[in-house]
Amino acid sequence: MFKHRFASPQLGFWTVTSVVMIAVLGAVAFLRFTKGLGAVTNLSDTFPWGLWIGFDVLCGVGLAAGGFAVTATVHILHLKEFKPILRPTVLTAFLGYILVVCGLVFDLGKPWNIWHPIIMWNPHSVMFEVGWCVMLYTSVLSLEFAPVVLERFKLDWLLRLLKPITPVLVILGVILSTLHQSSLGSLFLILPEKVHPLWYTPVLPVLFFVSALAAGIGMTVVESWFSRRAFGKPIETHLLSRLSRVSVVVLAIYFALRMRDLIARHALATLFPLNSVSAMFLAEIALGVVVPMVLLAIPRFRESPKRLAVAQGMVVLGFIFHRLNISVTAVEAATGRTYLPSVMEFLVSAGLVAVGIWIFLLACRYLPIFPEGAMAEEEQRVGQHAGAAEVKAVSPLPGAVTAFDHT
Amino acid sequence: MAHRGILVDVTKCIGCGSCVEACQKSNQQPAHDAKGFDQQTYTFLMDRGSDTYVRRLCMHCENPSCASVCPVGALRKTAEGPVTYDPDKCMGCRYCMMACPFGVPTYEWYSAAPRVRKCQMCAHRGAAGPACAEACPTGATITGDREELLAEARRRVASDPKTYFQRVYGVTEAGGTDVLYIGPRESKALGLPRVETSGPLPDLTWNALKHIPDVVLFGGVFLGGLFWLTKRKEDVARAEHAEKGEHHV
Repeated sequence: MFKHRFASPQLGFWTVTSVVMIAVLGAVAFLRFTKGLGAVTNLSDTFPWGLWIGFDVLCGVGLAAGGFAVTATVHILHLKEFKPILRPTVLTAFLGYILVVCGLVFDLGKPWNIWHPIIMWNPHSVMFEVGWCVMLYTSVLSLEFAPVVLERFKLDWLLRLLKPITPVLVILGVILSTLHQSSLGSLFLILPEKVHPLWYTPVLPVLFFVSALAAGIGMTVVESWFSRRAFGKPIETHLLSRLSRVSVVVLAIYFALRMRDLIARHALATLFPLNSVSAMFLAEIALGVVVPMVLLAIPRFRESPKRLAVAQGMVVLGFIFHRLNISVTAVEAATGRTYLPSVMEFLVSAGLVAVGIWIFLLACRYLPIFPEGAMAEEEQRVGQHAGAAEVKAVSPLPGAVTAFDHT
Repeated sequence: MAHRGILVDVTKCIGCGSCVEACQKSNQQPAHDAKGFDQQTYTFLMDRGSDTYVRRLCMHCENPSCASVCPVGALRKTAEGPVTYDPDKCMGCRYCMMACPFGVPTYEWYSAAPRVRKCQMCAHRGAAGPACAEACPTGATITGDREELLAEARRRVASDPKTYFQRVYGVTEAGGTDVLYIGPRESKALGLPRVETSGPLPDLTWNALKHIPDVVLFGGVFLGGLFWLTKRKEDVARAEHAEKGEHHV
């Protein structure tokens, strides 16, 4: 059904916009690598880290956290019923990390030295540890994703080689993820006077880990819902609902940790007088944590995949808010310096996301990402024989068959 | 351990700019006006009014944040005192610039192969020491053994409470620096950055990083254990499936 739709390409909104975005990305890349970072960014000596670190790296890594959470659920906890969402989640995580590395290539002054931490060690540097973990975990993710490619090309003997080491890979992946998800928070520990007290805390590594878990699960639900809309792939609502119940617990832990820490450090007082900084903080906590936590806790709310996606979308946005708040808002507030990303910085971040979505779509088209369960086969059969109109009738979600272009 | 330091006595500075000129020459930069740290400027003078001139330069911390955060060890605290930079190692993450509590390192933003720029206490001159101290005509900037300079600074401050504000800047700041300041007013009035953390900043990071081996060890055991415990359940289920002749994916 999905192949059927792609066989007659339509120049929809998404196709045109994304191709333009990727072309612009190329142009900005040319400027950046010939004229330097100053030519395309609003970064300066007083504000050396901006959108590319705050969004592309901090958010990119965090949003890919679904990868280790779902692989652990399936392969370590042996909850095999979550298998249908395993491959799309691992693909999302793998792409996420590849894009983080691409973001770093843009952001690093001398990206051709990106391999230096392999031989030039400084174990006292958080960046050194993050570098190693990201490198190792990207390798682990590529091996976790490899079966999809091997299956496609029927390389069964390689599959058989990979199968027994899967649990080891998954455990390694969880440990590496725990380390670097938390360490991205540790990056800011050395800046006690450069980060506003609403965000600076010695428990940053713990907060980063827990919020990444929430965002990773949120992203898994949102991405499942999008895949469903784009390909009409049936992903059972009850799985997303169960995942969302886990989200409630994770968000509650995060909220408790955050509040306890703020109260213990007497930092809540810095909310007043109310200004734009406190507004950013309140928006982050209220809309990104409290509201989705309450909504997802209501059983009837979880019945609709669309509502699940909206609430989890809020979790994802709240997470992005937190990472940008700590890397920009909190630094601005504490140092009195200002930074607003340049248009070209936004275009690079958006362009990388567009590239990611394209690779995801192409991978879904050519690789066995989605389960070949009874339901999927049934839909495919109906789609091939009767065309889209009838699929619409049997589709569990109104409008599920409409292509990504039309959404 | 004896190592080099620099003492800046603001009361002796006449604002002639010889240090700035010597710095630019020593670092092979074209002569230029120095108004603040930038990719060509490692030191500059601030006119703080009523004939008070304060120069800024890298503080060469005893436990430098910049060197601690550098993932590749491009920045390094040498045994001799200076915090030096090796552009060939640097990959340009700019964490050093984020981490420096004194706002010292700058970047070549408009270069396709950019470097971090900062005072390296003329490490390239070796035993000759920093060019700025050599050039200073009034002794406002002097160099020597750090502990001896600190003793000298304390002696001056104590012996002349009318002239000196009773504090040496650089003793507690970020756990201590190898560049020390004494002057007629408190450091904030002199335009020096206020750094309240009195211990080494890298300790804040180490408090988190030191847990890594434990996370790996106990995380590995815990996850391995979970795998083993839940696997049994699955084996039973699989056996049941096989009995019924169902196909198991």
